[in-house]
Amino acid sequence: MSRPVLQAEGLSKRYGRRLALSDCTLAIPAGRVVGLVGPNGAGKTTLLHIAVGLLPPTAGSIEVLGGHPASGAAQLAKVGFVAQDAPIYAGLSVADHLRFGAHMNPGWDQRLADERIGRLGLDPSQKAGKLSGGQRAQLALTLAIAKLPDLLILDEPIASLDPLARREFLQGLMAYIAEHDASVILSSHLVSDLERVCDYLVVLVASRVRVSGEVDDLLTNHHRLTGARRDLANLPTGTEVIEESHIDRQSTLTVRSTSPIDDRSFTVEQLTLEDLVLAYLSQQTTHPQPVLETTP
Amino acid sequence: MIEFHLDGRSGVAPYMQLIQQVRQAMRLGLLAEGDQLPTVKDVVSKVAINPNTVLKAYRELEYEGLVAARPGVGTFVTRTLTDESLAAHGPLREELIAWLARARAAGLTAESIEALFVSTFRARIEESA
Repeated sequence: MSRPVLQAEGLSKRYGRRLALSDCTLAIPAGRVVGLVGPNGAGKTTLLHIAVGLLPPTAGSIEVLGGHPASGAAQLAKVGFVAQDAPIYAGLSVADHLRFGAHMNPGWDQRLADERIGRLGLDPSQKAGKLSGGQRAQLALTLAIAKLPDLLILDEPIASLDPLARREFLQGLMAYIAEHDASVILSSHLVSDLERVCDYLVVLVASRVRVSGEVDDLLTNHHRLTGARRDLANLPTGTEVIEESHIDRQSTLTVRSTSPIDDRSFTVEQLTLEDLVLAYLSQQTTHPQPVLETTP
Repeated sequence: MIEFHLDGRSGVAPYMQLIQQVRQAMRLGLLAEGDQLPTVKDVVSKVAINPNTVLKAYRELEYEGLVAARPGVGTFVTRTLTDESLAAHGPLREELIAWLARARAAGLTAESIEALFVSTFRARIEESA
């Protein structure tokens, strides 16, 4: 078993009186495509910035690929990062960006960079400021992957792209990890953006990790129950209610349970990943405090 | 060679969709013994899914004895799922096309043709079961 790509223990970040990240504990295995999902302002960018060494945590510890995020050049070489909105230098050409990347990164793979730019149909002499949103995101991704990182961290990489550009972005990303066995952490406020690609999920709500785990396990362990309205105290032990709604005679519950639900008075349905995330997001309003960890 | 596609709304897990598409292609004779499946990289760079999903589908197909992985080369079909009945496909398809034309001529929409076919098909299958 290889060590986790990201391990955090009680990680917190405070800006003045505001907690941007509280008591975040995670152990993300290697080789995963991790979806970091949560509403705007939940702390996703704060967590990613700590992971790449741009921000020091206020409390707690974090290791990324076994090293400390801000420990120096060797650590930086292992991690590729694309910040929100894929920042580029508007006045520099595509080729200038690649030269800059080659100059800054000892492990730079020029062949991979040229091949990607060619396949995307980008003109190397074009000023980056004139690129479309999708092309800009692809240029930023090219800079991040041509340094051949073991881990790619992408902050909301596709939120602002049109559907075709999203698809093309994810195709390029998946092709890279298929060939280089890299891990990926990408954030989004929409799980539907990530459903096809991620096999590990972290849901962050109001600065806290609500749930994290392998997507397959999460889908197996969560159920939607519908049945006649009844007292929730009678649910089998080991069943945790994530979300509940009641009308006159009927109750609809989203529950987490590691054992199969064999209560005949309920209709049991599988949840989609999107339903599952939404259940945790809405939990925010009904129960202010609970934190759930499903790290196996 | 087979080209995969993914239906995001079907509710069927992506790896299962890949498995079903391979099985179907084998049954229709589009994939036969010795044919190569697309590499993981080819699949993910076309369909934009997680490489582990493709690996999981290929492992499952291997477990079923339908394909075998040759390390460093690729994954190959090791069996033929078609049988003598394949010869009957052509004439049956002709009859089905003629039937579809009659259904169209009778004023049925694509949706009602599908509903009629599926309900009749299900009822017959249940009867014979």
